[in-house]
Amino acid sequence: MAKIPVKRIFICGLKKDRKHVLESIQMEGVVEIIRRDEEDEYLKAMDVMPQKLQFDKNSNVAEQALTVLERYAHEQKGLLDSFEDARELSREDYDRQTAHAEEYLCMADDILKLQKRIDEDREELPKIESRQEALRPWVSFDLPLDPGDTAYTTTFTGTVDREISEQEVLEAIEESAGEAIPAEVSVVSASKEMSCLFIICLKKDRQAVAEALKILDFSAPKSRSSALVPSEELRRLESQRQELLRDMDEKKAAIAAYAARRDDLKFASDYYAMRAEKYSVLAGLPQSGSAFFIEGYVPEALGEALCRRLTERYDVACELMEPGPDEDVPVILRNGVLSEPVEAVVESYSMPGKGEIDPTRITSIFYYIFFGMMLSDAGYGLLLTFGTALILMKVRNMKPGTRKMMKLFFYGGISTIFWGLMFGSFFGNSVNVIATTFFGRPDISLKPLWLDPMSEPMRYLVFAFACGIVHIFTGLAIKLYQCIRQKDYMSAFCDAVLWFMFVGGGIVYLLSMPMITGMMGLSFTVGATPAAIAGAVAVAGCIGVVLTGGRESKNWFKRILKGLYAAYGVTSYLSDILSYSRLLALGLATGVIAQVFNQMGSMLGATWYGALIFILIFMIGHVLNIAINVLGAYVHTNRLQFVEFFGKFYDGGGKSFEPFTEKTRYFKVKEDK
Amino acid sequence: MENMGLLFALCGAALSAAMAGVGSAIGVGIAGRAASGVVTEDPNQFSKVLVLQLLPGTQGIYGLLIAFITLTQIGIMGGSSDVSLTKGLLYLVACLPMAFGGLFSAIAQGKCSVSAIGLVAKKPDQFGKAMIFPAMVETYAILSLLISILSIFGVAGLSI
Repeated sequence: MAKIPVKRIFICGLKKDRKHVLESIQMEGVVEIIRRDEEDEYLKAMDVMPQKLQFDKNSNVAEQALTVLERYAHEQKGLLDSFEDARELSREDYDRQTAHAEEYLCMADDILKLQKRIDEDREELPKIESRQEALRPWVSFDLPLDPGDTAYTTTFTGTVDREISEQEVLEAIEESAGEAIPAEVSVVSASKEMSCLFIICLKKDRQAVAEALKILDFSAPKSRSSALVPSEELRRLESQRQELLRDMDEKKAAIAAYAARRDDLKFASDYYAMRAEKYSVLAGLPQSGSAFFIEGYVPEALGEALCRRLTERYDVACELMEPGPDEDVPVILRNGVLSEPVEAVVESYSMPGKGEIDPTRITSIFYYIFFGMMLSDAGYGLLLTFGTALILMKVRNMKPGTRKMMKLFFYGGISTIFWGLMFGSFFGNSVNVIATTFFGRPDISLKPLWLDPMSEPMRYLVFAFACGIVHIFTGLAIKLYQCIRQKDYMSAFCDAVLWFMFVGGGIVYLLSMPMITGMMGLSFTVGATPAAIAGAVAVAGCIGVVLTGGRESKNWFKRILKGLYAAYGVTSYLSDILSYSRLLALGLATGVIAQVFNQMGSMLGATWYGALIFILIFMIGHVLNIAINVLGAYVHTNRLQFVEFFGKFYDGGGKSFEPFTEKTRYFKVKEDK
Repeated sequence: MENMGLLFALCGAALSAAMAGVGSAIGVGIAGRAASGVVTEDPNQFSKVLVLQLLPGTQGIYGLLIAFITLTQIGIMGGSSDVSLTKGLLYLVACLPMAFGGLFSAIAQGKCSVSAIGLVAKKPDQFGKAMIFPAMVETYAILSLLISILSIFGVAGLSI
């Protein structure tokens, strides 16, 4: 339960050291720098936009080159590699590589240029192909498509959009001209869609023939004119096409040849992204004629050491201060081994705001319990625990977020084993099914250590409600603690104590009714005297809520109305408690679906193929069930925390600590110490 | 005709599996369309939108669960299948909350998932919150499930 104390840091130095100081801070990565955008007479921010844009562009070029490279030379990745974090690079290697960054960038440029040429070729290809397509009907024609005129004759080459014979063309000419005109018509090729025609006639008849052809919808060939005979032209186009394809293949191979230098490209991408980041910070730093100022936040524990290192190395003044009471200080969470994974859950809701405690530790206790109850199968728990443990062990260098998630499921898995044994579920009722089907021993089964949810759902339900009441009251208690810590005793009393009385008293009073206890199957009923006391407490709480619920209103009438509305909020407590029935529902769902698969598998009986089918269905079914129920358990545990629990005391709204650091994708620089 | 009880009980089981299943199919279907859209723009969001797409799928499983419990209770999966008419009708009614609750909540949850997927597309870091909205809808499917389970176990205990 800890928010790490954060101090304000103030650094002032000479401009000549600016670059180095900033780089050291970026290297250390423990300072969140405050941007100052206002300027005054003395302090100006530097205009570094052009540099930043240039670096961003460079980083992008390297990224694009990587994408192109991936297309032609796929990077082999192992199954576990997706969990891997950025690779570590020693400071020495880093320094050596920076000298080559420009060269890497040129390489990225080369790759992009090659890709551009490939794209051009790819655009050219369909053009050639469509010309080939248009020429193909003419392949048997032994003149160029535009043969021109001879001394006395003129020629027409072209197409008609239907099947036509020589006779028909001659008739059409005769009909159009009103007399027979001497002409030589040859049909080069004819199909339903198109006929290719070649017509020779005397020059003097040119007009008449042209008129007739117009009526036939005669049009010039689609392919461009060429001095070559169609078959020759086709051959030429084909060789052009082959040339293009070969060229593309060469370019692709040339790109793929860069695969060995993938890491260099990654380095360039990271390097320029890092420099862009530095410049964007630089833009927010106030600077006078010869000095610069950095303001920021630093974790208290690291502040002193950072200041010492900076002042030793450079001519800078460095000062640590307590942040002001109204400052929106960034939040860092730090928790023990068990609670740490739940930080991710809290963060995904919201960081604790001002005056709020870090709820992670308390949340984590309930988190694991509820997760286990919802998944509630020892076999699934074992698989989850061992699976995540294996990944955690194999992948040493894991992204911090992923590592937290893995650990969350690891501990959740352990809790699942516990609850699975409590409820006697190991891959559903597999022990019993296997014993019955294959060994004829229906008497063997995994006995639940505590209760069997299938036969006693009501008892489980009551237990789920009890868990809910504990959970909700814990939330209310934290509210009380927070109010007292902030010395807001009025809120502590009105918003926490009165509700404790109202809801707590009400629950105890309900338990004194035989109807309720009977329905819940409880073995005890609260006696008359405690019931009377509880009732009185509840009524007092209720009256208190009515009187104080609207205390911000001056008008008494309004105040009471608002108070009544606040008291109506007791229904939300009721629905909150009912909401914990999901512990039962999801727990049962896991068990029952597991049973379905076991039963399906055992249908063929104790034969060898029966056993084979059983193993097959067992594996597929349970993997499916685990996937669905882990998702369900995760989502609904989160919901219980976010809605029912956090709703009682936690607003969040803090912002997380985001230090100025080397934000990289592929490499992270490791300091040699 | 002496086995009408069995018939009615089976009707209940079939309704709960079928209606909740139809609801889930519709819900997961519309969420899946939205999810594909997001992945075309940003393939890195695949795992997140997949989780959101799957959320309306649970109703189908709850329906299956109720159907299965009913089937085991009435002896269709083995055992004696002696179900009186009254008992059969009671089983049918017991299955109805899951059938209707599952059908409509899954569709509503699917629509809610679509919006949540849109949220993740714009702000991937808000995944935790995006997940909660569809989960709120699921509460009502869970309540239906609960009543159906308790009723079925209750009916099984009756001697009529």
